Amino acid sequence: MATGSTTPIPVTDRAEASALPSLIKDAGLFALVTLGLCVPIVSYRTDLGQGIGLVITSRWGTVFALCAAIFVLRLVQQLYLTGRARRRAARAPVAEGASRLAAILAPITLVIALTLPLLAALLTGSLGEGRYWIDLGILILTYVMLGWGLNIVVGLAGLLDLGYVAFYAVGAYSYALLSTVFGLSFWICLPLAGLFAAAFGVLLGFPVLRLRGDYLAIVTLAFGEIIRLVLINWTDFSGGAAGISSIPRVSFFGLPFTAGENGFAATFGLNFNAMHRLVFLYYLILALALVTNLVTLRMRRLPLGRAWEALREDEIACRSLGIDTTITKLTAFALGAMFAGFAGSFFAVRQAFVSPESFNFLESAIILAIVVLGGMGSQIGVAIAAIVMIGAPELLRNLGFLKAVFGEGFDPNEYRLLLFGLAMVAMMVFRPRGLISERTPSVTIAERGR
Amino acid sequence: MEFFAQQFINGLTLGSIYGLIAIGYTMVFGIIGMVNFAHGDVFMVSAFIALIAFLILTTWLGLSSVALVFLIVLVIAMALTSLWGWAIERVAYRPLRGSFRLAPLISAIGVSIFLSNFVQVVQGARNKPVPPLVRDVVVLYQNEQYTVTLSYKQAIIMVTTAVLLAGFWYLVQKTPFGRAQRAVEQDRRMAALLGINVDRTISLTFVLGAALAAVAGTLYLLYYGVVSFSDGFVPGVKAFTAAVLGGIGSLPGAVIGGIIIGLIETFWSAYFSIEYKDVAAFLILIVVLIFKPSGILGRPEVEKV
Repeated sequence: MATGSTTPIPVTDRAEASALPSLIKDAGLFALVTLGLCVPIVSYRTDLGQGIGLVITSRWGTVFALCAAIFVLRLVQQLYLTGRARRRAARAPVAEGASRLAAILAPITLVIALTLPLLAALLTGSLGEGRYWIDLGILILTYVMLGWGLNIVVGLAGLLDLGYVAFYAVGAYSYALLSTVFGLSFWICLPLAGLFAAAFGVLLGFPVLRLRGDYLAIVTLAFGEIIRLVLINWTDFSGGAAGISSIPRVSFFGLPFTAGENGFAATFGLNFNAMHRLVFLYYLILALALVTNLVTLRMRRLPLGRAWEALREDEIACRSLGIDTTITKLTAFALGAMFAGFAGSFFAVRQAFVSPESFNFLESAIILAIVVLGGMGSQIGVAIAAIVMIGAPELLRNLGFLKAVFGEGFDPNEYRLLLFGLAMVAMMVFRPRGLISERTPSVTIAERGR
Repeated sequence: MEFFAQQFINGLTLGSIYGLIAIGYTMVFGIIGMVNFAHGDVFMVSAFIALIAFLILTTWLGLSSVALVFLIVLVIAMALTSLWGWAIERVAYRPLRGSFRLAPLISAIGVSIFLSNFVQVVQGARNKPVPPLVRDVVVLYQNEQYTVTLSYKQAIIMVTTAVLLAGFWYLVQKTPFGRAQRAVEQDRRMAALLGINVDRTISLTFVLGAALAAVAGTLYLLYYGVVSFSDGFVPGVKAFTAAVLGGIGSLPGAVIGGIIIGLIETFWSAYFSIEYKDVAAFLILIVVLIFKPSGILGRPEVEKV
């Protein structure tokens, strides 16, 4: 192996020194497997050439760089793990750190979220300049809301829903169709969209009641795909793959955000600014997300919320104790779907355009990844996961030095989903309870705590 | 009638490919009780490996014998895809044994997302066409209006599937590995007590599933002549549907299910609407899971406390 020589790992202690050759062998094996995996899919790239056929170019440099990276990573991981195991053995386990961290992070995140438009305006000079940040905030908050909504189904009730985006689509199309066909305003459509989505939630919930975990996941996946395929193919109803455009914009509870006399700015004696609508949208999604959060937190204290968590832990025990699993599952589906419906109609009013391509399986997977990384049940965890997963790639895109390292054509967004996938696996392997494992049971038995 | 016969041949071809993928789902589900969501993407990766191997053999090495190229591509795709199957099990699934119920499925979804985007990053997002390897057709029946044909491609696909299934059946029924595999499937702990290397058996199951997916991938490339990074998802779901329809955990069931799904899809496209052909597959999946989750040949599952 060409990578065998690149091992300047400092040897700190005698026990590790004796284990080092075996560690190197282990890391070398990893590199060798990586080499095998890279042939030929990384080492030869196929491109459409000038003629008809594909042209192959070899890239062995990339392959060896990848193998070397895996080698070093594995070695570092092994050294770190042996070091940590020793330290852990010497010290009592610390379990409270995570929830304390969450307790600090939650108010900070909330304050930043509440003042983001102001911060953006102050830091960049004017509201117009801060547009990028507010847009990013809206995007992140949409995913926070979707994550919290899905969290009810997956995190609390333990029902793995892979078709969550279907309810998001139902909400979006409800508003799009009701407003363009019947001319209803956003404020009438918003609750209606939630209701429709909830109805779809129950509709899906009924047949899948008897299914166990992974079957349920697959059926919800199929359901989500069916909704999307119907939206694509039923052109008369949904506009087909072209989608629905020129959806009416949001109004300030009836006052349109226009420069005219009856507009928002004129009524409140402000100078007209196109940013008013964006700021309003920002606070709208923030309010919707916070309502989702609040409802979830209150539900967890209700008997129904407790039943959800009981269902997640053990369905058979749950049934034996007389909990009506039908109602429990259906309410979880309906409530989760309702919030997706709200988020969907918000999405439609913000974009002023919906098309089936926004609601593919990948979207479901991203929302699920947010919930999983957040720790399945932890509210702040989900919010932070959404910020990291949606915000980080956006920020990375603007970092110049990455381009300098990886070449001019480097676009972190290309790697975003790849990293999502890796992160999901890594979470399940290393921290199945989430980054911030704050998901404590609502009820604990004091005498026999674990 | 002629139209029906032609569609039947097309459906059987498609069904063979689904059946090969479905075996991977059904074996893994049988032995560790998880839905290997990434299996469809393993199939897609294998099609890419076959594509590149094919290009290297024909353009760089200048091989012109069709049979030789096909065999070499098949062997390379099977070997390298097996490595992928092994590595995925080792990294993403093995550490999760004994974790909570949904952990393996979530991990598998992660692997699935990773694989399709990995291929997109390293090979680009565009469709990859290959020149057709075999073009000849055999005319089976002919009248004034209609001709029923069986292309060499279709014949190759059916024969390869049949031969490999026979070999595979022999492996599972008659060899020590097959016995170990069935023993682990029935009772993992008891099998371990009787001296079966459970980890190795499970690894080999993944390797076998991946190898069969590679056969399917190679045949898919041969049949359609084009592959893209997103081609794993829909065939994967259809093959899973096939596995469920045939009775998950049952090997002949997977093949029967695959052929049924292939036929239904083809006839649905031919007689109703081609737009809704995927909807048909998804609907079958939902209906079977709800009304007969044990499938055609599967054993009903008993819930134990």
